[in-house]
Amino acid sequence: MNPAMNSAVSAGMAPVATPWFFYVLAGLAVISGVLVITRRNAVHSALALIVTLLAVTGLYLMLYAPFVAAVQIFVYAGGIMLLFLFVIMLVNIERSSKERRFNRIWPVGLAAACALLALFVSAFAKGKALFPDRMMPLPESSNTQQIATKLYGEAGRMGEYTFAFEIASLLLLVAILGAVIMTKKKI
Amino acid sequence: MPNFIMSYLNSKDAITPGAAGSQFWALIYVFIIFAGVSVAVMAMNWLERKALAHFQVRLGPMRVGPHGLLQPFADALKLMLKEDIIPAEADQFVFWVAPLIGLLAAFIVYTVIPFGPSQAVSDMNIGILFMLGVSSLGVLGIVVAGWASNSHYPLIGALRSSAQMVSYEVAMGLAVVSAILMTSLNEKGTGTLSMIGIVQAQQQQGVWFIFKFFPLGLLAFVIFAIAMIAETNRAPFDMAEAESELTAGYHTEYSGLRWSLFMLAEYAAMIAVSSIAVALWLGGWMRPFPNLLHAPAWDFIFSLFPGLTFLGLAAIAFIGTARMPAHSFFKIQRIGLAVFAALLGFLALLLLVIAVAGRSADTSLAARFNEGIDYVYWFVLKVAVFMYLFIWYRATWPRYRFDQLMKIGWKVMLPISLGVLVVTAIVGVIVS
Repeated sequence: MNPAMNSAVSAGMAPVATPWFFYVLAGLAVISGVLVITRRNAVHSALALIVTLLAVTGLYLMLYAPFVAAVQIFVYAGGIMLLFLFVIMLVNIERSSKERRFNRIWPVGLAAACALLALFVSAFAKGKALFPDRMMPLPESSNTQQIATKLYGEAGRMGEYTFAFEIASLLLLVAILGAVIMTKKKI
Repeated sequence: MPNFIMSYLNSKDAITPGAAGSQFWALIYVFIIFAGVSVAVMAMNWLERKALAHFQVRLGPMRVGPHGLLQPFADALKLMLKEDIIPAEADQFVFWVAPLIGLLAAFIVYTVIPFGPSQAVSDMNIGILFMLGVSSLGVLGIVVAGWASNSHYPLIGALRSSAQMVSYEVAMGLAVVSAILMTSLNEKGTGTLSMIGIVQAQQQQGVWFIFKFFPLGLLAFVIFAIAMIAETNRAPFDMAEAESELTAGYHTEYSGLRWSLFMLAEYAAMIAVSSIAVALWLGGWMRPFPNLLHAPAWDFIFSLFPGLTFLGLAAIAFIGTARMPAHSFFKIQRIGLAVFAALLGFLALLLLVIAVAGRSADTSLAARFNEGIDYVYWFVLKVAVFMYLFIWYRATWPRYRFDQLMKIGWKVMLPISLGVLVVTAIVGVIVS
């Protein structure tokens, strides 16, 4: 491999994570996130939420976490948002947009937002102490494999998170069964 | 030549532009793929009308150009000039953006389609997940279009489409997982999700996954092949646009250019899912028997195939020219077809020359180019078979009723694909 090729390879890896990309994606996520709660039309909100999710997918990719990004597209943007739209489309939009909001929970929302802001500020202020200085350069080519090793373990040993993973699956199973039993009165 | 152009070409090991970090060549590949897919969609449009007509003992388009060959261009021109109506009661912005969602989802997928070991825009570690995920975004375009039209038929079409896609995606995903499981049957015991990696795993194991663990691979493939028709809303599962029930389903209110974008997205998505099937089960870019017949002589014989295919097409066009009626009315058509045949013949000659020259060439660039043509040819040929099957299905089978469609999706396809997955896993453990 000649030096030019080497520089091309390193140049190819580096520019993906430029600050410019981050600001575009983060700005997109924030703007569409605001649109989600300000649009009166529920379908517009859902579309804005999809844009938010896709922007966050881009951020995951910038963090060299392609598997999480793919799952984000597959599960959230593809599956869950489709079901959201499915339900929203059956709602009478014109009536619901004229209806006055009856749940006055904005004090709770404000408190939650303040708490989150405080968390962000403290994380930003003490970030140096909380997080490692630089991320370990994970090889992109074995990202999925590493996640699998953490979840399922390798060579007969249990993985770091096998137990938590199984518990989560059990919870999901219970939720599915609950949904089936609630919708189908007679099984 | 500038360094950013040559550095990718000079690299010794064949890798994709994405892996080499060459933005320039990645862009070139993107343009080639975009142009290729657009041409393929046009050709498919003509072929579908022609083949359907012949299935039904009609002639199909005959007036615009010889044997209607210029019909797609005429159609495209008509659609571009046609008035683009947005209904007054429609949601303007969403109506405007819906076709673009479908189109984007259909075309983004092409970044990871492996036309060859280095003939792809990029090789992602999550290739197959990316493909399935992004192509599942395409349904958002349909759903949103149906809603934004603010009309009954489109809304029903959109609801049907979303229900259908969600149901068939499950079986499709499980079939894909059983193919991915087969990639892990090597010494290391780790599989891969990368599209190129999946094809290379088939090469290493010396068998297309459709024949692996017979009949498990075949079953998974059949499930995928059925689910992919439902995913792309094609007959006999075209419930979303069932014209006898819903006028035109989700795109009833669309006209002109926007409607043509829906068509483009549908055909591009068809090519994309066919490519998944080809890459996962039919050996991707590999020619028949690459491990058995691997002598240089066989390499040469198989590298002649692209040229010979075009030669055959040219011969068909020449026969068509000769069989044109001798009336003076057909003079221009006759000349046109002759020119088309000559063009095909020239392409055939060019490909044959490249095949012969690439054989004796020592420079890695010429040999790589020659190899690349071979890879792309076999991949495209396999995809083309699927595209013809899409037309064949449409001509052969009547449309399903919606409850039958759901019943098949949940009560037949899902249990079978789950069973295939479990049995594949068990057999894989026993074998390894």
